[in-house]
Amino acid sequence: MDIKERIHKYSLNGKNIVLDINSGAVHVVEDIVYDILDYYKTYTLDEIIKLLEDKYDDKDIMEAYEEISLLENEGILYSEGVSIEDIRYNEDNIIKALCLHVAHDCNLRCNYCFASQGDFKGDRSLMSLEVGKKALEFLVKHSGGRRNLEVDFFGGEPLMNFEIIKKLVMYGKDLEKNYNKHFRFTITTNGVLLDEDNMKFINEYMDNVVLSLDGRKRINDNMRRTITDEGSYDIILPKFQKMVAKRGDKDYYVRGTFTSYNLDFSNDVLHFYDKGFKKISIEPVVTSPDKDYGIKEEHIDTILKEYEKFSKDYINIKKKDDDFLFFHFMIDLDQGPCIVKRIVGCGAGSEYMAVTPEGELYPCHQFVGDKKFKIGNVYEGITNNEIVKEFKNASVYNKEKCRSCWARFYCSGGCHANAYNHHGNIMKPYDIGCEMEKKRIECAISILANLYE
Amino acid sequence: MKYIKTISGSNLKDTLKKGGCGECQTSCQSACKTSCTVGNQKCENR
Repeated sequence: MDIKERIHKYSLNGKNIVLDINSGAVHVVEDIVYDILDYYKTYTLDEIIKLLEDKYDDKDIMEAYEEISLLENEGILYSEGVSIEDIRYNEDNIIKALCLHVAHDCNLRCNYCFASQGDFKGDRSLMSLEVGKKALEFLVKHSGGRRNLEVDFFGGEPLMNFEIIKKLVMYGKDLEKNYNKHFRFTITTNGVLLDEDNMKFINEYMDNVVLSLDGRKRINDNMRRTITDEGSYDIILPKFQKMVAKRGDKDYYVRGTFTSYNLDFSNDVLHFYDKGFKKISIEPVVTSPDKDYGIKEEHIDTILKEYEKFSKDYINIKKKDDDFLFFHFMIDLDQGPCIVKRIVGCGAGSEYMAVTPEGELYPCHQFVGDKKFKIGNVYEGITNNEIVKEFKNASVYNKEKCRSCWARFYCSGGCHANAYNHHGNIMKPYDIGCEMEKKRIECAISILANLYE
Repeated sequence: MKYIKTISGSNLKDTLKKGGCGECQTSCQSACKTSCTVGNQKCENR
């Protein structure tokens, strides 16, 4: 790889930022360093002095050059990558997380639903207690020495099968004792059926709850419709506010989707903040390119500018309210995941699988219903090892586009479902997604740089 | 340093030694469910 491709530099929110791609180190630099880096490694110091003589003093260039060399020698600038031979990933085929589709049915009819309004292109159905128990047993059985196991109750709308959820959580508690495991239960809900009882249960037993709502009433109601084709905002918002107020310190996310109809989605994040929510995620719609609400090439510029604009608002809010979180601007440069995780990505199809109400296994919730991707079932286990192998192999080192991308250790190859929806191939990342992700990372790091002082 | 402020000097390559234990949260379970963002996850083995 060209040595110049070992760093990524950009200016945003008043900071010149330099990422050392392979070590993950991040530096904030003065203009003089920023300019020298255009020539460093290609030209000698004398040549660089000459090239920049109109802009900077010789002495300053020499000093700045010296600082760059120092960091290079420390291995945190222009550092070399690790080779793929050094990476050992899930050799024992341990499974640590399941997405349980407890209901392939929904009480909303959202226009953009990737699950075909809840049924995932199959019959509307609810998971039985028997299938749910088998799924938890399957997870324990395949989890090896891993203690923390994750189970997300998903749908459709999981609250349509809440009695089963309660029983499964209790069954999980029994399994924990017998097998020395710890389940982290989470739930993703549209909130229609939230009431005192289930809120109490969720707040007691779920480590995280993802609350689906899109933002401003007009935006939300355009996409998230009730069965009688009315807007859902007025029904949902007060329930989510109540839920979050009761939740105390436990995690939650109010999570919306943006489409081509709200490219000014930062207003939806700010709307949520105004309504009292602090942990917010607004994400681009996942769909095939032919849909009117889909994100298209021509929207990219607007979206990237929107992220930049929002990053400025975000810095201002964060300075006053540290609890405010936008999922895609969160980044922890020192305590983040290890390089192995960054190389292998989300783990779908290998460490993480989705279970249908009938007990079929798929690489993740996004692939459910596409029979080509069926991996097996909770009774017989994995029956299609080829799919597992294919997903396990989809690392940033094996994807041509990722291999030379500066963002590879942050996004880790992106979403397989996005890649498949757009290119029919999980090894070819979704280009628009890449552009958005790169901008989000740049914003996230520039936010840290601004809050660092 | 006069011209450079390092805001993170940690080295990803150091995580190779004990990396890959798998105890961390599955990325997609955390909030997103649609777009993989691994860099914002926490390591649970430190």
